[in-house]
This record gives sequence, C-alpha cells and structure tokens, in this order.
Amino acid sequence: MKDFIIPSKDYGFSDRDMGTPASKSLQMVTVTIDSFNVTVPAGTSVMRASAEAGIQVPRLCAIDSIEAFGSCRLCVVEIEGRRGTPASCTTPVTEGMVVHTQSAKVKKLRKGVMELYISDHPLDCLTCSANGDCELQDMAGAVGLRDVRYEAVQTHFETRQNGEANPLFVPADDSNPYFTFDPAKCIVCSRCVRACEEVQGTFALTIEGRGFDSRVRAGLKSDTFLTSDCVSCGACVAACPTATLQEKSVIAIGTPERSVITTCAYCGVGCSFKAELNGDELVRMVPYKHGKANRGHSCVKGRFAYGYSAHSDRIVKPMIRDAISDPWKEVSWDEAISFAATRMRGIQAQYGQQAIGGITSSRCTNEETYLVQKMIRSVFGNNNTDTCARVCHSPTGFGLRTAFGTSAGTQDFDSVEHSDVIIVMGANPTDGHPVFASRMKKRLREGAKLIVIDPRRIDLVRTPHVEASYHLPLLPGTNVAVLTSIAHVIVTEGLMDQEFIRQRCDWDEFSDYAAFVSEPRHSPEATAFLTGVKADDLRGAARLFAKGGNGAIYYGLGVTEHSQGSTTVMAIANLAMMTGNLGRPGVGVNPLRGQNNVQGACDMGSFPHELPGYRHVSDDATRAVFEKLWGTVIDKEPGLRIPNMLDAAVEGTFRGIYIQGEDILQSDPDTKHVSAGLAAMDCVIVQDLFLNETANYAHVFLPGSTFLEKDGTFTNAERRINRVRRVMAPRNGYADWEVTQLLANAMGANWTYTHPAQVMDEVAATTPSFAGVSYELLEEKGSVQWPCNEKAPEGTPIMHIDGFARGKGKFIVTEYIPTEERSGPRFPLLLTTGRILSQYNVGAQTRRTENVVFHAEDVLEIHPHDAEVRGVKDGDWIKLASRSGDTTLRATITDRVAPGVIYTTFHHPETQANVITTDYSDWATNCPEYKVTAVQVSKTNGPSEWQQDYAALTARSRRIVTAAE
Amino acid sequence: MKIYVPLDAAAKALGADEVAAAVLAEAARRGVDVTLVRNGSRGMVWLEPLVEVETDLGRVGFGPCEAADVAGLFGDLVAHPKALGPVESIPFFARQTRLTFARVGLIDPLSLDDYAANGGLTGLRRALAMTSGQIVTEVTVSGLRGRGGAGFPTGIKWKTVAEAQSTQKYIVCNADEGDSGTFADRMLMEGDPFTLIEGMIIAGIGVGATRGYVYLRSEYPDAIAVMTEAVRRARAFGLLGASVLKSGQAFDMEIRTGAGAYVCGEETSLLNSLEGKRGIVRAKPPLPALEGFLGKPTVVNNVISLATIPVIFEKGAAHYKDFGLGRSRGTIPLQIAGNVQFGGLFETGFGLTLFEIVNDIAGGTATGRPVKAVQVGGPLGAYFPPTMFSTPFGYEEFDGAGGLIGHAGIVLFDDATDMLGMARFAMEFCAIESCGKCTPCRIGAVRGVETIDRIARGDAAAIPLLADLCETMKDGSLCALGGFTPFPVMSALTHFPDDFSRLKEAAE
Repeated sequence: MKDFIIPSKDYGFSDRDMGTPASKSLQMVTVTIDSFNVTVPAGTSVMRASAEAGIQVPRLCAIDSIEAFGSCRLCVVEIEGRRGTPASCTTPVTEGMVVHTQSAKVKKLRKGVMELYISDHPLDCLTCSANGDCELQDMAGAVGLRDVRYEAVQTHFETRQNGEANPLFVPADDSNPYFTFDPAKCIVCSRCVRACEEVQGTFALTIEGRGFDSRVRAGLKSDTFLTSDCVSCGACVAACPTATLQEKSVIAIGTPERSVITTCAYCGVGCSFKAELNGDELVRMVPYKHGKANRGHSCVKGRFAYGYSAHSDRIVKPMIRDAISDPWKEVSWDEAISFAATRMRGIQAQYGQQAIGGITSSRCTNEETYLVQKMIRSVFGNNNTDTCARVCHSPTGFGLRTAFGTSAGTQDFDSVEHSDVIIVMGANPTDGHPVFASRMKKRLREGAKLIVIDPRRIDLVRTPHVEASYHLPLLPGTNVAVLTSIAHVIVTEGLMDQEFIRQRCDWDEFSDYAAFVSEPRHSPEATAFLTGVKADDLRGAARLFAKGGNGAIYYGLGVTEHSQGSTTVMAIANLAMMTGNLGRPGVGVNPLRGQNNVQGACDMGSFPHELPGYRHVSDDATRAVFEKLWGTVIDKEPGLRIPNMLDAAVEGTFRGIYIQGEDILQSDPDTKHVSAGLAAMDCVIVQDLFLNETANYAHVFLPGSTFLEKDGTFTNAERRINRVRRVMAPRNGYADWEVTQLLANAMGANWTYTHPAQVMDEVAATTPSFAGVSYELLEEKGSVQWPCNEKAPEGTPIMHIDGFARGKGKFIVTEYIPTEERSGPRFPLLLTTGRILSQYNVGAQTRRTENVVFHAEDVLEIHPHDAEVRGVKDGDWIKLASRSGDTTLRATITDRVAPGVIYTTFHHPETQANVITTDYSDWATNCPEYKVTAVQVSKTNGPSEWQQDYAALTARSRRIVTAAE
Repeated sequence: MKIYVPLDAAAKALGADEVAAAVLAEAARRGVDVTLVRNGSRGMVWLEPLVEVETDLGRVGFGPCEAADVAGLFGDLVAHPKALGPVESIPFFARQTRLTFARVGLIDPLSLDDYAANGGLTGLRRALAMTSGQIVTEVTVSGLRGRGGAGFPTGIKWKTVAEAQSTQKYIVCNADEGDSGTFADRMLMEGDPFTLIEGMIIAGIGVGATRGYVYLRSEYPDAIAVMTEAVRRARAFGLLGASVLKSGQAFDMEIRTGAGAYVCGEETSLLNSLEGKRGIVRAKPPLPALEGFLGKPTVVNNVISLATIPVIFEKGAAHYKDFGLGRSRGTIPLQIAGNVQFGGLFETGFGLTLFEIVNDIAGGTATGRPVKAVQVGGPLGAYFPPTMFSTPFGYEEFDGAGGLIGHAGIVLFDDATDMLGMARFAMEFCAIESCGKCTPCRIGAVRGVETIDRIARGDAAAIPLLADLCETMKDGSLCALGGFTPFPVMSALTHFPDDFSRLKEAAE
C-alpha cells in the first residue's frame, strides 16, 4: 500500500517510523551498528540510530510519535562491553558504542517473545481487518517465527473454552461511530494509552488490571469508548499496531492501496492528511507526520468527519428558478451559467455597475478566492467583494496591521514548544483548534504556565495534568478594560521590557500609552467592578506574563467579535510589545483563525478595500499591476461590505450577489436583516455543497466541490500555505475555481486557466509577499509560510525578528468604551457564543456525518443561580429572547459560566442563535458583536414562531423538480 | 522492676500483647511497681514472645511465654520453666555481629533518649561536620552494597545523585518488603525506627536532598504506626525539619503506604506508585539516580542499606568494612524461615557457608527430616541442594553458583517437598504479581504455569520449552520479577530432575 503516494517525487518525506522521537541535541555522537557507522544527535536511541543507518530493529511498542516505553522486548540488541540484552528503544547511544542487532542471542530472544505474543492472539489473519497492515504480522515474519509450541489454556481471544464461556474474553466495543475496539486482538503494547496521553493529552485510556489481566480500557469499567472522556481524535487508532483499534471504514472496505497528501478543510490549524484510497474510494484520512502544522496529529473532524462529501443531501446538479417561491429546477451547467450571467448583466444594465457583488469563501482555496475577487473587480467591474472574515477576524487584520504592519499571526505553531507563559484569551482551543490545543497542552504539561481570559471556564482551565495559573472570568464585553488593567500593572510596577521598547518601538507612543494606562481608573481594583475580575488575580496574571519567560498570546473570536474587537487586538499587540514578547520562538501574537482558509481569503484580496496582499484599492501603483495583467480597469473606490450590501439590497440599489461557499443567513448576525436583504434581490447565486440556509433565497444554485475533489492551497493561522490535492473527481463535474471561470467567461471574460497552479503563479507575479510561492516550491518543501520572496526564499516561520514590518512597533491608546448592548431589566443576562469539538461552524458538514452522535443539538449553558430563579431545570426547553428576536433550545445547568452569563453554540440551523444576536459591530471593521447579547431566558413548550415559520420556508424552498432524463 | 515484652509484629502474632497485658495485671495484683517496655524483637522468633526481665545479671529471657507464664516472672526467676538465662548469651544471639540491628530488641523503639544513649545520632553528628563529598566517600569506603537484593554499591549511587544538578532531590526508602520469608526491614522499623530516620537524614545531607519518603507496604500496620510516630517525634525533637539538629541543613520526610503490589518493591514501580501512578516498571535508563521521583535525582535505597548508614558513621567506614568476604563487606541480616528449627533474624558478617547457616545456626528442619533444598533470596531466588551448601554467603559467590542472595531470606524445605510444585509456584507467583508491562513476564509466567502442568502430566516435550521460556524471561524481562523467576524454576529443574519425570516414568 505504500507503493504509490502523491506527491510521487521523493523530497525526503519518508513515511518510515524511526521508532523513537528525534533528539534535539546539537552534540553529535558516532556509533557502529552492525558494522555501519552512523552519526546522530546525543540522546538518540539505539533504535533510532539503527533506523538512521537503514536498519529496522524489530519492535512493537515503539513509534516515533511517543516516548520509548520498553515493554515489548522485541527490540533487544547486544552492545559490546555491556551485560545482557538492552532494549534499543530505551537505550541512548554513546560515543563509540558498538551494537549488534542480529546476534544469535537476540534472534532467539525475539523469537521467544514473539512465540509468547502469538500464543495469545487469534490466527485469523486472512479475515482480519488489519490483514496486510498489521505490525504483529510483520514482526512474526521479521523474527522468523515458524511454530508456537505452547498449548495455551488461558487466552483473551477464544470466546469459549471447553464448552464454557471464556471469562477472559471481552467482546468488541462498537460504540464509537468511527472505530472499533476489539480487545481480543490486543497485545497490550500501551501505544494507544500513551498516544492518548502524550499526543492528544486527554488521558481517556488506561491499562486496567495487572499481569495477564492487563487490559486497555476507556474510562471506568462502566464506560464504553463513547461514554468515556475519549474525544475521537484517532491518535490511538493510528498508534495501534494490530486490528484492535481499527477504523470502521477499513473494516468495511479493506486496506487502502494508494494515498494522496492533502490539507484538512475544517479549522484554521490546517492539518496535513494522507487521504488513503482504493481507486477513487476514500478509505480513511490519516494525519500526515510531516505536516508542519499538526506534526502527525488530528482531531475527530479532520480524521473522521469527511462523510458529508458523499451525503445524500449533496447537490451535484445545477439548479435555477425564477422566483424563490418556485421549486428548484435541475438544469445543465450551460443553462445555469447562462441564466446567472444574463440576470447579473441585466441587473447591471438596469441598476448600474455597482448593483451586484460577491462573497468569497474562506472554505475554498486561495486560488478560488483569488478568482472570485478577480471576477468581481475585473468582470463585475466594482469592488463589492467581501468574505466571512468580516464576521470573524477582520479586527485581527486591522489591529495587527496597525501595530506591526502585517495582518497575520507572528509565529508558527512549533513556537509553542518554547513558550513559558501562555495567555489564551477568548478562544477555546481544545474545542475550536483541537490539534493545536494538544500541542499546547503538551507544553503546559512540561511546565509552561497558563493564563485563561474567558467568561467561561473552558476545558483548558482545568484538564488532566493541566491547570491554569490564573483564570480571569471577565464579563462579556470587557476585554479592553481587562487588558488595559494588565498593562496598568506592568507599567506601574515597572515590569516592562524597556530595552525592547526602546529598540523596536516608538518610545514617544509608548510613553503616551504608559501615561494612559497608569491612570488610577485603569488599576485592577478600579476595573474589577465592571469586568468582574478579581484585582489580585489580575495583578498575579500580569506579573506572571511580564516576568515568566517567553510569553505567548493566543486568541480567538472572543477577542474580535465585539464592538471593540479591533481595540482589543491592539491592546494585545501593546501587551506583547511592552513585555518584549515578539520576534523569536515561544512568544508572539497568535490569532487562532476559525476557517481553514480565512487567512488565505484575506491574503487574496477578498475585502472591498484591499487587493491581494493587503494593498488598498486606492493605491495607483498596485491597481496598475493588476490592470496590466487583467486588461481591465479597477475601480479605485472601495466596494461594499456584507452588511452594506444587505442594507443596499433592502434599499433596492443592490440586487445581485454571487456567494461562493458561505452561508451568510446562518453565520451572519441578525438573521432577520440578512433574510430581508436576500429576499429583496433579483439574483442570488449560491455555490455550495448543500442547499444551505442562504439558498432558501437563491435563484441559482451552482453545486460546489469538496476539498477532496480539487487542487489548490489553503493558508492556515500560522500563514502556512499548504497544498490541497485532488483525491477524486468532482462529483458535481467541476472544481469551484472552474465554476467561477465559467461564470466569468459567460459574463464576457476570456479566462483560460487549466490548473490552479497558474492562478498561484499569477498571485506570485502580482503580490510581493507571495513572490516566491509556486507549486514546485510547495512540492519540495511540503509547505511554506508567507512572506515568501527574495528576502525569505523558504518562507517566514516567525515574523518581526529584527524589526517590525512597518518599521517601529506602534503603541495605540486603548480607551475602553462599553458596548451599547447592555443587560437591563428586560434582558438581564449576557449571552456569549462558541463552538464544540465535534461540530464545525454552522454544521453544514459535520451535521452530515456521524459526529451528530456527539452533539445532536445546540444547548444553552446557564448557571444554577440563574436557572433556579427562572425555574429552569436541566434539559428543559427554554426560550431565549433578545431585542432582535427569539429562539428555543434546551438548557443545561453548569457553573462553567458565571451567574449572569449564558452560553450556547451555533452549529444547528434549527436553533439559529443568530436570530438573537444584534447588529452592533466592531467600530473599525464591522465585525459583528456575536459575543455579547443581552437576553432573557424563560421556560417554553417548544419551538418559537420564528423557528416554525422558518422550518416551513425551508421545506418550501428546497423543493426540487428533477430534469427529465 | 523492668520487664520487656516485644511489640514486634511476629511476637504479637504469637501472643505478645496478651503477655504484656498479663504483666501489667499481675503487677497491679501484686502491687509491684513494674516498668513495662515494649521493645523490638531480638530476632529469635521460635522463642517469641520472648520476655526479658532486667536483673543484676543483666537482661534474662523467658520464652516462648504465654500469659500463664507471667506470674512466675514475679517469683524465682531461675526456676521459671521458660527461663533462658541472659538473653545475649543465647547461642543464636551470642554468635551474631549486630551492627545494623545493634539496638533492635535492646531499646524502647520510640525513645529518642534510649536511642541516643545507645550510640544513636553519633553518626549523624559526625556527618553534619563533613562535606557532601566526604559523606559519600565514607559510604563508598565502607563497601556497603544495596541490601534490597541488587547489591549495587551504595556510595556510587549516592555519588551519582550528589553530582546531579537539580533544584530538588529526594531520598526514597524502599520498605516494600514483599519477599516471602523476609522480615528484616519490618523488624528494624518496628524495633529501631530512628536508625532508619538517621540514615535517611545522612543520605539527604550527603547528596543534597531535602525530602525523604518511606514507601512502606500496607501489610505492615505495626511498622507504619511505629515509623509514623517516630517521624513525628523526630520532627518535634528537631531531628527533622528546616534545620536538622540546628545545623542549618534541611531534611524532612514522610511515610507513604503501598497498596499491596509485590512489584512495587521494584524501585521504578515504587517511584510510579509513590507519584500516584500505576505501579508499573520504568525502563532504565534513565536511572532513578538522575530521573527518579517526579523526574528528579533520587536515592532509592532499601531499609537495611539506609539503616546501616548510622553505624558506619558512628564507628567509621573502616570498622564496617572489616567484616565480610571478598567484595561483600560488612554484615548481612540473614532471615531464616520455612521448615526450620531455629527461625529468625541472624546478623553476621558475610562469608558463612550455607551449610553453617542451615545446620549450625538454623538447626535443620522443624520436622526433623533431612533438608532437601534451601531457597535463598526470596521467591525469585534459586533452590540450593545440599550438594551446594559449601557456597559462602556473598554476592559474587552466590551469583557464581547460579543463585542470588537477594534480601537474604533463607527458606528451608525438607525431603517431602515436591520441587515441581515449587517451580510451578514460582511461575504462579510471577503471574499474579506481574505488573503486566513487558511481554515475557506478562504472558510468559502464565504459559510457564501451563507448561509445568504439561510436564506434571508426563509431557516430556514440554521440558525444553520450559527451559526456552525461562531463557526468554531471564534475558527479555524488563525487571527482576520476570527476569529472576527462572532462578527457582530452573534450579528446581536442574537440581531435582526426578521431581519433573516421576509421572512420566509412572506413565511408561
């Protein structure tokens, strides 16, 4: 199965497991292994050194993603001058060591150990799901085992013995939707347990019992895998050498025979995966060990939740309708494209060039996003382009560009391995960015300190072997006040890094900022009453961050989705600069971006005011570059943002929109306003995998392709450009970039792209920070982080090393202005929103997978005090009402939220949490204030009127008349 | 009148508490002023409860005593039917060299005054005047080796820890004395707990460790009680704490109780257990001396090793080193048990032959039948047939004879013993006590029992399989549990082949 892998050219990314993790020592040691000399870093195991020399010592309990354990006793070797037969996995090399891996003694010993293994293992290899992919099988072959002489009485695999049920037999656990656990095949190597601990950091698995009774167990005796703490990351399944932990897809289909390296299309971590296939049937997704974002790890979404691509809801034929009250009609691609082009051009003829626009997708590739904005700017002839980053990280782009000069995070993910103090603010990494969270937890278990700033007690506050030094449970909406208070403590107690500030920043601006934060009104004691954060905790956290070594800040939408989102980002930048925490590994300002390609969508010029590379449309030189290449004139005035498009639609001046891969009805704030805007348009073109909520208002539906069906690139939260590779043909017939090209050409363009690589070449030719990027480079390096150009030909893992992109770092005064959304007598509670591990965003994909087993509906978290005064019990249907609207969902009572604060997720359209959210938004970027809504909660009997009406509308608008065959 | 009745668990098991109660009752009845001291055991278990009365002639013994014998203690002592004469003149006791156990049985275990009056704290005061390097050198020069069984030179272990750079180091005392037929640790902790505390303090000061732990098996409730109280008193006295005996050097310690796993006597399992983890063996390297308790440099020493430190510092390394044989220096507390006439603890310099121990000291079997075999070193030790009784008691000498001295437990078996059954027991013991981490021990021990059962049924083909299995376990196991189980099995098979072929012959 390892014969055929794409990329096929070998750039040194071997899949071979080296047995034990690499040593990071800089000191080199030379040893002799079976007469071969090999030089390796000090601390390398004999096993790994052997692997470096090309010699694979037999082993079963060792893999290079976890620490050596020394339990299987197959990897024994002889070392000259030493007694006995040490295990090569746990024995480090020493200078001049002479090792023999195939002496008569160790060969006999291995055979003896293998004979014991097989004496307690079923011999059903031919029908076993791991047949051909089983290390136990491989090792039995490698050591030359030819006979099992034991007449085993006690075994774990026989269901019956002497006519009686075998008390040692434990039946397989099928409870997890994606994999089975069959203890009968288990060799108790503990790889699964160790992977759960060391790689994932969940500690869901253990070995129960001792001696021959040692068994792998998920949770307590009463638990199954499903009810245990298991998060289905798949690390145990990947680690298992036998069929004990096996993907159900492999059991159903068989072992895969080819694989393609690609990038996950869920969150902004951007994990690399091996899509393993038989023919064009996807068998499984396995995390790719050379993926630089994930380093061989995965989460339940990327690893398992890909079934949506073949879900029966998926639309693969284009559809049109005259009015949204009509049923859909399936048509040919030609007809759909022609219908759309005609309508869009018709609108422009009647209402002007500015009357149409489009939305690029953070779910699609860089190349696709680039083409959509190119179509809008050069074919539509206006700048009415926007993207979902508007509703998530637009304040990050603005804030960091203002402070540092670039609109992106400053580090790579590897950086966290060097952090000593980590602030997590307004982010819930274990749910939202689980693979990065695992890497962070590993560092925390090594002793790094953690400060969590979040209204809710997220898992990181206290999780196995990790506990935050400080949790500052601020009231939603008071981010700026808390950060300014932290700055107050640092400045007034003299904890800042003056040398860094003098060298790297504008001292006068810092002085202004220092004077501002030093005002007594910013002291923790003064702000405590409005933030709800205890002054002592805040002071402790400030001191720890300022003086605790390498300090890194990771933040999410809890920072940006506020009326002061941009101000908060600037305050974070100030904090990093003031403590000298920029420009080296272990530090930095790190936005955890939500969508797989939200960074890329921003980079590619999706915003109405910016061309690719964050260059303003009013800049003549930049426009000239594109105008020359495109052969069209670019409007020098910025276009409309999404909320402005909707406003204009309601006014009647904006009447047509092309929406690629985004469900604005569900994901954008104030759902009623969005639906009113959409309903007012004459031509809504939705390009998506499914008839999403926005499609209820669409006239043209263009079926989209999944990430498995196309080539391209995604750019993750660390600015890493990862390749997306076509694994199978698009079920809908075209990749999304091809659909955009069809529409552009139908509207008069003459594009001739035949492969996304040509689009990337165009990006490189026009955009300085991408100048060095090409598909050839990506093949060779695996991935690169922009800027990638002459100055940094292999990309830039860490930014601002010798100076900021803008020159001097800029301190900005961060005055706290409370949001106008306030709790009061009618709406006394503050609602904040978030997400859960198993569901992704609006759930369009994950709801169409078995992940619904983990999270079937959105629930409302409410503190026991608030519940009690309202008579709400756990599991009650409750009505959630704000000034904007109301919805219903079930309550769960928990002290994760503080009194006065309630919390829910927004994964299910039935709930439509955004019916509740208001139209307040960030002062600078219009990023909606999702994270604060004043609400009231009361008991109810069932769905709200709005939910019922909406359900009826959805049913109506999804009627399809299939084309006559 | 001063009367001693042991509080030792062996004595209590034989009725010492009832005897002690009878002493107080009898004294009250007679209106005699009696000082009752609950001392440790003198180690002569066949005489327990061994009551001692202080007389002009010194302490005279009576035993084994029952409550009914107590009244006589208030009359003519010479005529008492259980009279043994001066205790220290009893031959079993008189021929010992008591260094580590000098105070055990002699003093009130929890009296620091008694302790100090009998040489206690002298070694510590000397050590406090020495540098770390001098302390470690003193131990190295004494030739002391790990008494837990491995026999690793204690001074070298200490040197490794002393030279390791770390913000925190630990002293861990292994008091998980699980070997069947051994009881030296228990007798010492119950009879002279301050010796162990003093030894741990010297170790701490020697290597730069400020915290110590005694990992004590839950099966020793009396030892736990005595040690816990001794630590409390030592702390109150200023022996433990921020400034040991006002020296400015800190050392404190606590008693931790195990949870009943034999394998937690293996030092790395012990450390895992002490950390609150599953008691499974860790691979070495890293050595505990460099990455031990909580990943910090740690001295892990047996009770007897640590309890011998004070006498080495009290009398000097040279004095201690003068005893012994070859590379086995000093004394060893033999624990004689099983089918034996005179069972108990016998501290002596290394070098006695097994013959002397079995016949002269232990007096042969209790049943009076000929000795068939002696198992030395606990359940993982080899069976020695009488033809090998000339082996002198020493680490290298026993290793050379295919055995080990282990924790110096010596168990006698008479000629009625079925050695195939004993071999089977060894495998069964390993199967029950295996931590389950490494394959040779986890699966091998179970297959070992099954294979011996085949041999018992007359399947001669299983004998070479058993030998192969033993080789796999010996060379392949992660720790001594699986690695040493082949010692009793193979020694039984090698020295008593008839016991493995009887059924076959019968079948033929």
